[in-house]
Amino acid sequence: MKTVIEASEAVALGAKLSRVKVCPMYPITPSTHIPERISDYIFDGEMDAEMIHVESEHSAASALIGSILTGARSFTATSSNGFELMYEILPILSGMRLPAVMAVANRAVAGPINIWNDHSDAVSARDQGWVQFYVESSQECIDTIIQCYKIAEDKNVQMPVMMCLDGFSLTHVFENVDIPEQKQVDSFLPPFKREDILDVKNPKTFGPIGLPDSFMNFKKQQQDAMINAIDVIKKANLDYKKLFGRGYGDGLIELYKMDDAEYAILAMGTICGTAKAKAEELRAKGKKVGVIRLRSYRPFPVEALKKAFKKLTRLAVLDRHISLGSDGPLFTEINAIAPGLDVFGYIAGLGGRDVTLDHMESVYLDLETGKQKREWLM
Amino acid sequence: MKDVKGISYDEYFASGHRACAGCGEALVLRHIMKAAGSNTIVAQATGCMEVVSTPYPQTAWKVPWVHGAFENAAAIASGIDRGLIAQGKREGVNIIAMGGDGASFDIGFGALSGAMERGHKFTYIATDNEAYMNTGVQRSGATFPYASTTTSPDGKKIHGKQEPKKPLAFIVAAHGLNYVASMSPANLFDMKKKVETALSRNHTTFLHAYCVCPVGWHCKSADTMELSRLAIQTRVFPLYEIDNGVLQFNQKVEKPKPVKEYLELQGRFRHVNEEEVEKIQKYVNDRYDFLLSIEGKKAFDVLY
Ligand SMILES: Cc1ncc(C[n+]2csc(CCOP(=O)(O)OP(=O)(O)O)c2C)c(N)n1
Ligand SMILES: [Mg+2]
Repeated sequence: MKTVIEASEAVALGAKLSRVKVCPMYPITPSTHIPERISDYIFDGEMDAEMIHVESEHSAASALIGSILTGARSFTATSSNGFELMYEILPILSGMRLPAVMAVANRAVAGPINIWNDHSDAVSARDQGWVQFYVESSQECIDTIIQCYKIAEDKNVQMPVMMCLDGFSLTHVFENVDIPEQKQVDSFLPPFKREDILDVKNPKTFGPIGLPDSFMNFKKQQQDAMINAIDVIKKANLDYKKLFGRGYGDGLIELYKMDDAEYAILAMGTICGTAKAKAEELRAKGKKVGVIRLRSYRPFPVEALKKAFKKLTRLAVLDRHISLGSDGPLFTEINAIAPGLDVFGYIAGLGGRDVTLDHMESVYLDLETGKQKREWLM
Repeated sequence: MKDVKGISYDEYFASGHRACAGCGEALVLRHIMKAAGSNTIVAQATGCMEVVSTPYPQTAWKVPWVHGAFENAAAIASGIDRGLIAQGKREGVNIIAMGGDGASFDIGFGALSGAMERGHKFTYIATDNEAYMNTGVQRSGATFPYASTTTSPDGKKIHGKQEPKKPLAFIVAAHGLNYVASMSPANLFDMKKKVETALSRNHTTFLHAYCVCPVGWHCKSADTMELSRLAIQTRVFPLYEIDNGVLQFNQKVEKPKPVKEYLELQGRFRHVNEEEVEKIQKYVNDRYDFLLSIEGKKAFDVLY
């Protein structure tokens, strides 16, 4: 069924359609509409789930440990400061291999305090063992949340997944969304089954202390699981496409006019739409330009990216985060996998600063002339 | 199987764990679990008990047990409670959340308060050894006044901890819980009854357990039980329960021993002078008088 809804509602509907059982949630702008919609569903009896009105995001993430360990599919959402308050628990959830799913409405981290969009919250947690998706549209939100559970619960992955959507510039946007049928979602996503649960008939110990003789082995297993996730993400994207007719690139990256492109912009999230619009315009003028939208930031799809870079002369990476004292994290990481490629790095859209078509034009111009290599798009 | 006095022979916190000789906290845990029985899920905070009981791949726990972090046992228990409810599996299962004094009085207080406000059905047990023992005996909000710890040392200028204990049990009772109690290994029958009562209630309940720490208190390992008894006899750690808002003593002390007898067995009070002993005695008297003043009265509003 097609209907015009807010992206936050698409996220909430994705959780509902995934038959989530427990939602420990705490409000923070711009993620608030997600717990609000889920509360509506639960309080109206449309969603058979428990809402836990936790007193902090730290407790939201902690309650996920408890609820998932009873075998209940669970969901939460947050942004910025709330995300940072959860930070301690993020690697504990992944270290315990718990398939939590969380929507992150990306917002700049304070200070100064700022409620607007950039990627400084989620990107700064890239090393914490969560699969990280960055999405571009409301449709992708609902589709991706459902896929997140499929990926997180895969026996070869068993890692938590966060779906990042840009605060305001996506969370609060109304778009036409094709809402999947529950029956079809059920056939894509079977009920959550987990052997390792808190069960008085079969007592097990969870979260023991890992001494130096075991800790590194746990980390190696997590890394292996993350690498496994690459194929699982691709398959989820493909299977979903077969059932619902929609896919997002190969699940890892999405290529726009890249077949013969010489110059490309690589970014994550909604600014890719702006880059695509500019690329379309420049294409009409005969310029060989394209866009690479990175959908899966973790796992980092090295092979898919390298393949996409093959025909490129120059690449511009737009980071919506700055690793202060170093550089844009995406820029640094792309450089590391593309030694022969001329990579330009731009810091863009911090704390909600607009990233405009003119910015995109100037970036493509830089690529063409080869002049500017590093810049903050102010 | 139960012995003649009703305390189970069954062990759910098994021997072989790595707690120190004379550890009061391990003793308390063992008896909590005997009373709670096999149908119990435990969520435990970071601290000595978590560390000594689960060096991977070993475990001392014969019941399902989970540890997440230092300050979140109550939040994890909230998730367990609702997770079981959501799947129709809540019936007949006890949930216990446990933390040391640091986890309960200080860093995990917000999570505990939130869980109590929501009224989840589980019992929170604060095992109070009056300092952050796992990290090397640092001061907590539960450290006894004038006790020296590694962060409130008996300095030349300042003699140990300068503040009273945070009255956690009363703060908890003020949340509207219908059962709050203190308990001690010096009275195992009382402890058993309290654990059973707490677990039988339909909402959050709270137990405050007295735990001697020979390493942190600089006392003899062999003195754990003697100190536990003295804490009651000197009125340092009174045994009471607040049932439906009404406080009753469980082991009333009519003729208290001087606090000095309790202090003298512990190196952490070695530095206190006569004047300070007087002050501690007054602190203990005042607290007991306060309990007497509310004894038998509905002193706390009950919401659950
Ligand atoms: C967020 C955080 N801060 C600090 C620590 C370090 N830490 C671990 S256990 C502990 C003390 C535990 O004290 P308590 O709760 O009283 O338990 P005990 O060890 O005395 O039984 C501390 C400070 C931690 N693990 N996590
Ligand atoms: Mg302690």
